Amino acid sequence: MSAILETRGLSAAYGPTAVLKSVDLSVPQGGIVTLLGANGAGKTTTLRALCNMMVRVSGEIRFDHQRIDGKATEDIVRLGIAHVPDGRGTFVSLSVEENLRLGAYTRRDRQVAQDFERIYGYFPRLKERRRQQAGTLSGGEQQMLAISRALMLRPKLLLLDEPSFGLAPLVVQEIFRILRGINEQEGVSMLLVEQNANIALELAGYAYLLETGRVVLDGPPSTISSDESVRRSYLGY
Amino acid sequence: MATLDTSRPAAAALFAGLSLRAWKVIGLAAVLAAACVLPFTISSYQLLLANQVIVYAVALLGLNILTGYNGQFSLGHGAFYAIGAYCTAILLDKTGIPYWATIPLAGALCFVAGFLFGLPALRLEGHYLALATFALAVATPQLLKYKDFDFLTGGVQGIVISGPDTPGGLPLRSDQWLYFFCLLWTVPLFVLAWNLLRGRTGRALMAIRDHPLAASSMGIDLARYKSLTFGVSAMYTGIAGALGALLAQFVSPDSFDLFLSIRFLVGIVFGGLASMAGVFFGAIFIEFVPNLADLVSKAAPQAIYGIVLIVCMYLMPTGVMGLLRALGHKLGRLVAR
Amino acid sequence: MLAFLHQVLSGLATGGIYASVALALVMIYQATHQVNFAQGEMATFSTYMAWKMIDSGFPYWAAFLLTLVFAFVVGVTIERVIVRPFYKAPVLSVVAVFIGLLLIINSLSGAIFDYTIKPFPSPFPSDAWYGSPYLSSHEVGMIFVTLMVLALIFAFFRFTPLGLAMRAAAENPVSSRLVGVRVGWMLALGWGLAGMIGAVAGMMTAPIVYLDPYMMFSVLLYGFAGALLGGIDNPWGAVLGGFIVGVLQNLAGAYVVGTELMVTVALVIIVGILVIKPSGLFGRTIVTRV
Repeated sequence: MSAILETRGLSAAYGPTAVLKSVDLSVPQGGIVTLLGANGAGKTTTLRALCNMMVRVSGEIRFDHQRIDGKATEDIVRLGIAHVPDGRGTFVSLSVEENLRLGAYTRRDRQVAQDFERIYGYFPRLKERRRQQAGTLSGGEQQMLAISRALMLRPKLLLLDEPSFGLAPLVVQEIFRILRGINEQEGVSMLLVEQNANIALELAGYAYLLETGRVVLDGPPSTISSDESVRRSYLGY
Repeated sequence: MATLDTSRPAAAALFAGLSLRAWKVIGLAAVLAAACVLPFTISSYQLLLANQVIVYAVALLGLNILTGYNGQFSLGHGAFYAIGAYCTAILLDKTGIPYWATIPLAGALCFVAGFLFGLPALRLEGHYLALATFALAVATPQLLKYKDFDFLTGGVQGIVISGPDTPGGLPLRSDQWLYFFCLLWTVPLFVLAWNLLRGRTGRALMAIRDHPLAASSMGIDLARYKSLTFGVSAMYTGIAGALGALLAQFVSPDSFDLFLSIRFLVGIVFGGLASMAGVFFGAIFIEFVPNLADLVSKAAPQAIYGIVLIVCMYLMPTGVMGLLRALGHKLGRLVAR
Repeated sequence: MLAFLHQVLSGLATGGIYASVALALVMIYQATHQVNFAQGEMATFSTYMAWKMIDSGFPYWAAFLLTLVFAFVVGVTIERVIVRPFYKAPVLSVVAVFIGLLLIINSLSGAIFDYTIKPFPSPFPSDAWYGSPYLSSHEVGMIFVTLMVLALIFAFFRFTPLGLAMRAAAENPVSSRLVGVRVGWMLALGWGLAGMIGAVAGMMTAPIVYLDPYMMFSVLLYGFAGALLGGIDNPWGAVLGGFIVGVLQNLAGAYVVGTELMVTVALVIIVGILVIKPSGLFGRTIVTRV
């Protein structure tokens, strides 16, 4: 299986503060990879660095066999990387439908209308509320909207920043079930950042553990969860 | 002008082994001495220009206290200058009050006017305050022309007044006396401002400018400080306006339009925000640039002001004083090595 | 009663102009939280271009359209070249830059087209059928043109992907980048559109007040007043505010203070709104920094 995303020596900094120090990652075509770690380990920064957003980046990033480091965020999006940011990035004053339409902003094909139905199929609740101001949605609905907006791009790779954050366990389970479905049916590759390691390891086929900006451990979920220190620090048993 | 001496202390200090403070005092004394000798060495016309520079410096100091130190905007300080000028002109025209007594009255009136305008301004954040004062500046000439005030303001014609005579016994021409009269107001006003700004009050003003929330949580009464600052600022600019009226011996509505207010803004931005010495550079700039640029074209002075505003913001947001300070530090470091 | 009706209607006509200027101001304010003090001068300069073209033989509506293109390009250029570096600058710098722009454009108008007052033609014949004792045909035409422009602008924002992207960029630049919106260009586009709207306002104003470099000063002030009245973050409100201010101004001029204090009326309205209800009639509450 070839990699859709690969980084070599990826580093990132906010101003003078280095946050990410030479990280090598790889996401296989059609696979789900998760990035685990404590607060401030550099997970969110990794996703931002991949999109060249808000951070100073150095190192090599290959997406779909093409160097994308140094490209502008807007151009990276056009290559097929959709980012579900932390805090969801909802356009609160726009309607649900407008939020989704923005997701397809860069697309010029004629299948956008069908994709609305496809997305509403995954998240029927969004269809009910499609005329509503997005800011009035509940947290879970806004997370669904953020994922949906990203899917409207028809991305090859989905970057997910803590989709479980602040949500009730049942909602989290529903969202992760849908994510698995999307991955299996549409072959969208995913890079998932999570603090909730249990549920992330259930979904992912491979995992990296970040500590203070470096990868300290990586492997398939079984290896990771059998690691004694990971179990104690991140899985809680 | 000789003010330059005070602004390059870092290098000089290390030359002669004197402290920075000592050099500042020496420089200041030199400037004052020069200012006292000046009227005897230059022509009447040049003296008029020099005097106007001093008057503008007071006006700019007023605006700088408000905008530079306290972070409150005013695009309408020309209005307070106008109030001061008209106050003096009307008092001289209609009453028997001596000219020297009109100055404090103009100052007091402007303090009240500024304080009152500052009250609503308390609630306004940057852009809104700029907007309100901008409107004030645009409306000023119209109000001065208004026919129901004609009996006071002289309407479009304005008011012609006679300049003060030299008090008996002094061996001075009347323009030299007026110069010293202005200086007699200017020096105490600057000393007062310096005392005000260097201590507790100054720190409070700047705290309000930089971190309003933090300032209020430290127990600084924002409302009181901000409205009083508006009042004091208007008072300075109003006194300048009163002196300016004596100098010009004439007031008319169209000399107090939006562009006067904008010139004041240009002055403090060019000289350096929150700098007391900087207002002199600003005053020199706004006094001489129009005269020089007018030779090129009627549109040139404004264009130059506009370009200066934008270029200053790009290249030297701290104005001439900031530039000089930076130079001073560099020289100081060179000498120290 | 007749006279009163006349005042109200003609207030609506001038109000249309204030509404346009208010909308232009709000568009820029929404995107970048900047108040464009040079908006009026940009409009005046564009109007001079229209005058030049008409003067050298262009048919009115051709000159009108070309002027819109010109105003758009100027708006975009100013944003790209001059305003752009100041998005993160403190308010003082931003205002200083806008005042600088005001001075430069104003002096350009004066230097290129000189300071003499020029008559500017109205595209609406003075004996047109839609003229009436209540409204001159230019006033009727003016209302029609401004309503058309406003309708087009709203349709653009409501129904086109580009309009949607511009709204998105104004609301949440970071998220907009993540869906591929080129935020910088959206801001420039906003400036271009604002320039166009201003140019229309200028070309409609000039036949009434004659063309001179200071033509838009009071119009800009009333535009501010309208925008503030309606709520400076609400385009609909700003437009409505513009119309209301137009009517208020006309009534005040006719029945209260006379025409000599027009600008002072604007000052009173502005300060009044800012003191009593800074968020305007329809705006979100402004969070003031204490």
